[in-house]
Amino acid sequence: MFYREAGQFKTSYEADQQVFPILQDRIGVAIILGVAIFIVPFVANDFFLSAIAIPFLILALATIGLNVLTGYAGQLSLGTGGFMGVGAYACYKLTTLFPDVSIVVHILLSGFAAAAVGMVFGLPSLRIKGLYLAVTTLAAQFFLEWCFIRIPWLYNYNASGAIEVPGRQILGTMVTGASAGSVPRYFTVLAIVILLTVLVKNLLRGRIGRQWMMIRDMDIAAELMGVRPLYAKLSAFAVSSYLCGVAGAMFVFFYLGAAEPSAFSITLSFQILFMAILGGLGSLVGCFFGAAFIWALPIILRAGPPMIGIPIAAETAFHITSMIIGALIVTFLILEPHGLARLWQIGKEKLRVWPFPYA
Amino acid sequence: MLHQIFVDPFLQMADMPDFLLQVIWEGFVAGVLYALIALGFVLIFKASGVFNFAQGIMVVFAGLTLVGLHEAGVPAYLALALAISVMALLAIAVERFVMRPLVNQPDIILLMSTIGMTYFLIGLGEFVFGGEPKKMITRELGLPTGSTEIEIGEQGLVILQHIDIAAAVIAIIMVSALALFFNKTRIGRALRAVADDHQAAQSVGISLNQIWAIVWFAAGIVALATGIMWGARSDVSFALEIVALKALPVLILGGFTSIPGAIVGGLIIGIGEKIGEIYWGPLVGGGIESWLAYMIALIFLLFRPQGLFGERIIERV
Repeated sequence: MFYREAGQFKTSYEADQQVFPILQDRIGVAIILGVAIFIVPFVANDFFLSAIAIPFLILALATIGLNVLTGYAGQLSLGTGGFMGVGAYACYKLTTLFPDVSIVVHILLSGFAAAAVGMVFGLPSLRIKGLYLAVTTLAAQFFLEWCFIRIPWLYNYNASGAIEVPGRQILGTMVTGASAGSVPRYFTVLAIVILLTVLVKNLLRGRIGRQWMMIRDMDIAAELMGVRPLYAKLSAFAVSSYLCGVAGAMFVFFYLGAAEPSAFSITLSFQILFMAILGGLGSLVGCFFGAAFIWALPIILRAGPPMIGIPIAAETAFHITSMIIGALIVTFLILEPHGLARLWQIGKEKLRVWPFPYA
Repeated sequence: MLHQIFVDPFLQMADMPDFLLQVIWEGFVAGVLYALIALGFVLIFKASGVFNFAQGIMVVFAGLTLVGLHEAGVPAYLALALAISVMALLAIAVERFVMRPLVNQPDIILLMSTIGMTYFLIGLGEFVFGGEPKKMITRELGLPTGSTEIEIGEQGLVILQHIDIAAAVIAIIMVSALALFFNKTRIGRALRAVADDHQAAQSVGISLNQIWAIVWFAAGIVALATGIMWGARSDVSFALEIVALKALPVLILGGFTSIPGAIVGGLIIGIGEKIGEIYWGPLVGGGIESWLAYMIALIFLLFRPQGLFGERIIERV
C-alpha cells in the first residue's frame, strides 16, 4: 500500500538512471541517514558507539571491499585481513612521517598502498580460478602477516612490535588516540564510509562494474565481447584492496587504538568473508546486513544470558558462542544461500502487494 | 648479495651433508603429515566436490577426543575405538545436517558451510575438553618413543625419532589400505563412480547419501591418525588448525582430486619449506616457513594451473 512505484513516471534520462528511482526508497535512505547522523550519536551511549556502531561501519566497508572482488568480479579471496593490515600499517607510517597532514587524507591515501599490494597478488588471478585462487590469496595473507612481524621499519622499530595510534585532530577535535571521544570518531568513520559507499555504488553501476560482472558470469564470453580480463580483474583487485585498506586503517585508528600483527590474521579474513556471504554476494546493502549480523551476534549472545539471570562463565560463553555461530552459519546457508540481501528483496516484494497479495 | 642467495646455501649443504640429511628427514616427516591432512581433503573433494576446510579442525577434534577420553579414565585402546566411533557419528551428522540440505549449491557456499562447521567444532572441542594443549598418549597406544642415531661418514650423525618413522610407516599403510579399498571393494568402486559422475552413479543405484557418510568417515579416520601422529610430535592443541591450512598448497601442487598427488605434493612442500627455512630463511630474518609453502604453490600454479596430477579442465563458452 505504501511501498508502491505506481504513478512515478520518469520523464528524463537522469530520473531513470538514478540510484534510488523509487520515492519511497529515497525517503527510507534519508531516514536511515538522518538517524545515523542526527540521532544515534546523541542518544547512544559510549559502549554502543565504540563497541558496536564504529566497528560495524568499518567492517561493513571492508565487506564492501571483499564483495567487489568476490561478489561482483567473482574472484574468491581469503587475504582480506592482510590487505586491511597493509592499509593500517601504511596509514601509521604516513601519519608518523607527516604528522601535520590531516588524518583523513592519510587514511584515504593509505588505501592506495593496499591497492598496489592487492594488484600484485591479483596477478595470478589471470591464470588461476576459483578455489585455486583462494589458496593463492592465502599466500598473500600469510606473507603480509609475516611482513608485519619481520619488517621493523613498518612499526617504527617499536620494542613492542605493535603500532600505537598517535593522537590526531580534525578541526581542533581529537579523533584518534586514547583521548578521543567516541562521538567524533563515529562521525569521521560515518563520513568516510558514506563517501566510499556512494563512490562504489556508482562504480558498480558504470562501465567498469558491468565489466566485473561479465568476468564473474563467464570470463571467456566476456573476453570475446571485448572485455580485457587483465584490466577488469586487476581493477577489481585494486578497488577491493583500496576499500579493505581504508577499512583496515580505520579499524586500527578509530576502533582498536593499537594493533599487533595478529589483529590482521586469517580469522579476520574469514570473518569478513562470512559477512559478505551471509549478507549476500553481489549486493551492497547486504554488506551492511552481513556486518551487522556477524558483528552484533556474538555481543548479543554473550550479553544475553546474564541479562535474563543465567550466570555463565566468560570462557564457557565464548565456546558456546562459537558453536552457535557455526551452527547458525550452516543453518543460514541451508535456508537462504543468497544471503540477507535476498531476504530484504523478498520483503520488499511482499510489501509492494501488501495488504492485498492476490489483487 | 647474489652470492648469498645462489651460492652460499649450496656450499653450506655440501659442507655438512649429515645436517642436510637431517633437514631433509625433518622435512620428509612434516611432509608426510601434510600429505595425510591433504589426503582427507582429497577424499572428500573427490566424492562430493566439497572443499572441506574443516579437515584441520577434524584432526584437532579427533586427537582431543582420544586424549580427553583417556584423561577421563578410559583405557587407551578403548579410547581409540570410542574416538573412531565419534568420528563416525560426526560423519553421519555432517552428511545428514550439512551435506544433504546443501546439495547442488555452488562451491563457495559449500566451502562456507565447512568453515561454519570449523567454528562449531572449535567451540564444541573447547567446551568439552578445554582449550589448553594436551599431551598425546603416545606410550599408552604402544607407539615407539626413542630415537636412533645413524652415523654417516666421518662424525656425521642423523637422528631419527622412532615416532617419525612410525608416522611414515602408518602413512604408507594407510595410503595402501585406501588404495586397496578404492580398487578392490564394492564400496570403494561406488566411491570412484560417484567421484567420476554423480548422476550416472545415482542412476545405477548407488546411494549418494551413504557414500558421502562413508567418505566423511574415512576422512575422519585419516584425521584421527594425523591427530595422533602430530600430537605425538608436539601437543594436541588448536594451533594445529593453522598448520593444517598448509595442506592447501599441498593440494595445489598435487591437484585436488589425486591421492598420489597429495602424497607427492606433501613431500615436496614439507622438504622444500624446511630446506628454504634453514638455508635461505636467515637472509630475510627467518620465519619464512609460514608462507613459503604458499609461495611455492603460487609460482607452481602459474605454470601448471591444474596441479601435478590434476585433470586438465577444458572450458567451453
